[in-house]
Amino acid sequence: MSNWKRICPVDDIPRLGARVVQRASGGDIAVFRNAEDEVFALHDKCAHKGGPLSQGIVHGRKVTCPLHGWNFNLQDGQAVAPDVGACARFAVKVEDGEVWLAV
Amino acid sequence: MKKMKLVLVGNGMAGVRTIEELLKLAPDLYDITVFGAEPHGNYNRILLSPVLAGEMTLPEIMLNDLDWYRDNNITLHIGRKVVNIDRVRRKVIAGDGTEADYDRLLLATGSTPFIPPIPGNELPGVLGYRDIADTEAMIEAAGKYRHAVVIGAGLLGLEAANGLMLRGMDVTVVHIGDWIMERQLDKAAADMLQASLEAKGMKFLLARHTEALLPARNAAGGMRGEDGVERVGAVRFKDGMEIPADLVVVAAGIRPNYALAESAGLYCGSGRVRGIHVSDTLQTVTDPRIYAVGECVAHRGVAYGLVAPLFEQGKVCANHLANFGIGRYEGSVTSTKLKVTGIDVFSAGDFSGGPGTEEIVLHDKQGGVYKRVVLKDDRIVGSVLYGDTADGSWYFQLMKDRQSVAEIRDHLMFGHSFASTRLGDAGHKGENRAASMPDTAEVCGCNGVCKGSIVKAIKEQGLFTLDEVKKHTKAASSCGSCTGLVEQILASTVGGAYQAVSSTDKPVCACTEHSHKVVREAIFKHHLTSKEAVFETLNWRTPNGCDKCRPAVNYYLISSWPHEAKDDPQSRFINERAHANIQKDGTYSVVPRMWGGLTTPAELRAIADAAEKYQVPTVKVTGGQRIDLLGIRKEDLPYIWADLNAAGMVSGHAYGKSIRTVKTCVGAEHCRFGTQLAMDMGVKLEKMLFDMYAPHKVKLAVSGCPRNCAEAGIKDVGVIGVDSGYELYVGGNGGIKTEVAQYLCKVTTDEEVMEYSGAFLQLYREEGWYLERTVHWLERVGLDYVKSQVVEDGDNRRRLHARLLDALKDARDPWEASREAQAVKQFIPIKVEA
Ligand code: SRM
Ligand SMILES: Cc1cc2nc3c(=O)[nH]c(=O)nc-3n(C[C@H](O)[C@H](O)[C@H](O)COP(=O)(O)OP(=O)(O)OC[C@H]3O[C@@H](n4cnc5c(N)ncnc54)[C@H](O)[C@@H]3O)c2cc1C
Ligand code: SF4
Ligand code: FES
Repeated sequence: MSNWKRICPVDDIPRLGARVVQRASGGDIAVFRNAEDEVFALHDKCAHKGGPLSQGIVHGRKVTCPLHGWNFNLQDGQAVAPDVGACARFAVKVEDGEVWLAV
Repeated sequence: MKKMKLVLVGNGMAGVRTIEELLKLAPDLYDITVFGAEPHGNYNRILLSPVLAGEMTLPEIMLNDLDWYRDNNITLHIGRKVVNIDRVRRKVIAGDGTEADYDRLLLATGSTPFIPPIPGNELPGVLGYRDIADTEAMIEAAGKYRHAVVIGAGLLGLEAANGLMLRGMDVTVVHIGDWIMERQLDKAAADMLQASLEAKGMKFLLARHTEALLPARNAAGGMRGEDGVERVGAVRFKDGMEIPADLVVVAAGIRPNYALAESAGLYCGSGRVRGIHVSDTLQTVTDPRIYAVGECVAHRGVAYGLVAPLFEQGKVCANHLANFGIGRYEGSVTSTKLKVTGIDVFSAGDFSGGPGTEEIVLHDKQGGVYKRVVLKDDRIVGSVLYGDTADGSWYFQLMKDRQSVAEIRDHLMFGHSFASTRLGDAGHKGENRAASMPDTAEVCGCNGVCKGSIVKAIKEQGLFTLDEVKKHTKAASSCGSCTGLVEQILASTVGGAYQAVSSTDKPVCACTEHSHKVVREAIFKHHLTSKEAVFETLNWRTPNGCDKCRPAVNYYLISSWPHEAKDDPQSRFINERAHANIQKDGTYSVVPRMWGGLTTPAELRAIADAAEKYQVPTVKVTGGQRIDLLGIRKEDLPYIWADLNAAGMVSGHAYGKSIRTVKTCVGAEHCRFGTQLAMDMGVKLEKMLFDMYAPHKVKLAVSGCPRNCAEAGIKDVGVIGVDSGYELYVGGNGGIKTEVAQYLCKVTTDEEVMEYSGAFLQLYREEGWYLERTVHWLERVGLDYVKSQVVEDGDNRRRLHARLLDALKDARDPWEASREAQAVKQFIPIKVEA
């Protein structure tokens, strides 16, 4: 069962930016916000060599990994062609201006 | 709204490429119908040569299979030839009666092999070389017969001959001219090429006029064609000589396919220039509803026979079909490359010489290298390379950019790496023969990509541009020092289909059509002060750009409109957002500024304390005369900054496209040879430039005398003290390619050093393109231009310097600024219990 946790007010995530959510185990999660205020969450570990996606540049519904520039779709965590690979995706929602994450 | 109807006649490379470009721009504007005479989807015609040579198979060369048409809702009629265009009722009619109405019509009917009117040219076994059917017939013949004759020693003829030879046939190439490939090569290069093809077993008969193709005299022995008609058996020349020929491939040129257009009353020229006449918007001159692209077209009196210009036409045509109405096709300069494995030949432009031209030739017969560059008014107008072709793309680029080569003329022939570095490229061991490199040779040292995987990707994925190759293979996508080699591999794989874009016109990224130049100018001219305004004014294709264009646009905004345009941290690479360098494990490194490389016991103590307090795993002296603290967790950054700030230290910007370091030597302060106070001068410069962002990073050095212990000769700005003042050098670079700085001028006072170097850097800040270091910017605009702005025009220099000082007037330490409440949040992770 998904276990919804309140994370932070949505305005604490910069537009076209991200915040890191640290878990006791299982690794960090990156929570992104795009220009349309949509919110997405991916495992903060690039499918290439583990770079922190939370530190990347967000554009449209994509993020570019800061280490070697792979692009990932925020919606499904899939690498953008021609690269192949995927990052785990987490359910995330905004209610009354607060971000909730299923961990 | 009802969609307009677009009909394409000719399912080949140019036509389908135009549709692809159109779908990118306006996916829903048209209902599209395509007619193709051949019974296939769109395939990569130029790769028929490797198919013939047995290096590839037909499925591998498909560019658009039938699913592609279905996925894009395109009605496709294959195997149907259009025989009539009814311009009054606006419909096309195919041979089998299929009709389609159009609002707009696109003709891309290509061309057909020219078969000279010699007796016997209708015999079975006599072929042109154009399509899959021809290729299959040749492969079949190679399995059954022995003697092949290829008429015509142009690109196509030689590739056909090579393929047939590899399939085991005994091949003779017959040519009317005195040397082979005479349209692409001069005699010297052609002789070398001929010798290497002969070494592979190809035979040549030059200066021979074919008189007739004779049927096989011996009716027995399997010499009859399939249907009992007698097959070709020999070729006879005007001088009476006869040679056996079971297969004759005629590669004597192509003729644009304009009969259909002409029968519809569209103007197709007369005399020498035949083809569907089109304007710069690719509309037929007769009927603006009808467009035409590809080999069937005559544009400004030229019909092209290579893919690259046709793709350029397609791009412009799509733009007009999409109703954007911008873009003009103004003709192309072409280059060609023979696609015979293991042989490197490249030619571009006009190398026939003639009045007003000069030529430089380098010819090493034993070494198998020949290079000829033809110049006119200090600009390259043509080049021919044999053997060592790695610099073909460089010459071609210089030619397309119409760049003056006066300054590099004395070493032009030694190639790009020599002309600009004299040290050679890193990463691929100075390899310069793209085609003859083994597949296992490493091309890209950064990403470990070898030649074989690049070639494979180009062929299998149908790549045509450098950007596509970079994206798919990662080669040349990091430090870029192997770019020239990758371009050559691309060129030798796709032949003339590869075209270097002129660097001025290259789009910033896939989000836009516009080049850096256009974007910079628009921001300035229309007084744009936000990225949103830029994206809207220039019709960006994506809502908020990408990781390539956003940092560039952000830089252009803040450098064009300082204090007015607001910096956008989310448009910056993480290093510039976190004011520290990200490491491979996600930690950061912190480098405090040490002005001019000077420090104090108190600073060292503070650094030592911070290193202990934050358990910094590595403390290192950098190549920039300061200390690096490596391996710091992001959440500790604001705290370590606070400690360093408290000791009077500020950010060293070791992470930014910004001022980095000013290296100094001990100078006249201590040194027995010192003529000027190098440390003092260096500190003054570094303070003047503090927090200066630029198109790329900027490094300076000041040495106290010409012994130059601060290595000023490889810095963006190098200052060397002499007894009577200072010598200033600009555009040096110690990185990927070592570039020696060029002498700018000599000045006498410290104030002048600040004014001249400040003005130089401001000009670079205002006119350089993002990620262009001073050396590349200088290469583009020329030292003379910079001198005219900075040295010769005193008023302009003072204005430039004043603008720099104004832009930096309220520079702040980014660490201190970041520690302010809201910004700090970004460094702190949110914790949850799972
Ligand atoms: C720390 C340092 C190496 C060292 O331990 O000495 C260093 C480290 C990096 N250099 Fe450097 N460079 C360092 C001095 C140099 C020098 C020498 C110098 O400055 O005198 C050069 C050659 C001089 C020059 O730039 O002309 C140099 C040429 C490069 C280049 C190639 C630039 C070029 O235009 O060719 C890059 C790549 C780039 O910037 O795109 C680069 C990029 C990098 C990056 C930032 C790679 C990256 O993007 O992450 C490295 C960060 C490592 C890390 O994990 O933090 N580094 N780098 C030096 C920091 C100097 C400082 O105090 O600020
Ligand atoms: C073996 C070979 C090697 C080549 N190598 C290179 C190279 O290395 N580099 C390079 O740049 N170029 C090369 N070329 C040239 C390149 O292939 C052509 O420039 C390019 O294909 C032309 O594109 P196009 O769309 O104008 O014509 P095509 O690709 O020929 O397409 C035209 C299509 O229209 C169809 N058609 C014609 N009339 C009708 C009609 N009435 N109704 C329906 N369909 C019709 C034809 O059947 C054909 O399929 C090579 C060509 C060949 C044959
Ligand atoms: S510090 Fe510089 S030279 Fe060393 S690995 Fe990193 S980028 Fe390469
Ligand atoms: S780790 Fe993300 S691109 Fe390499």
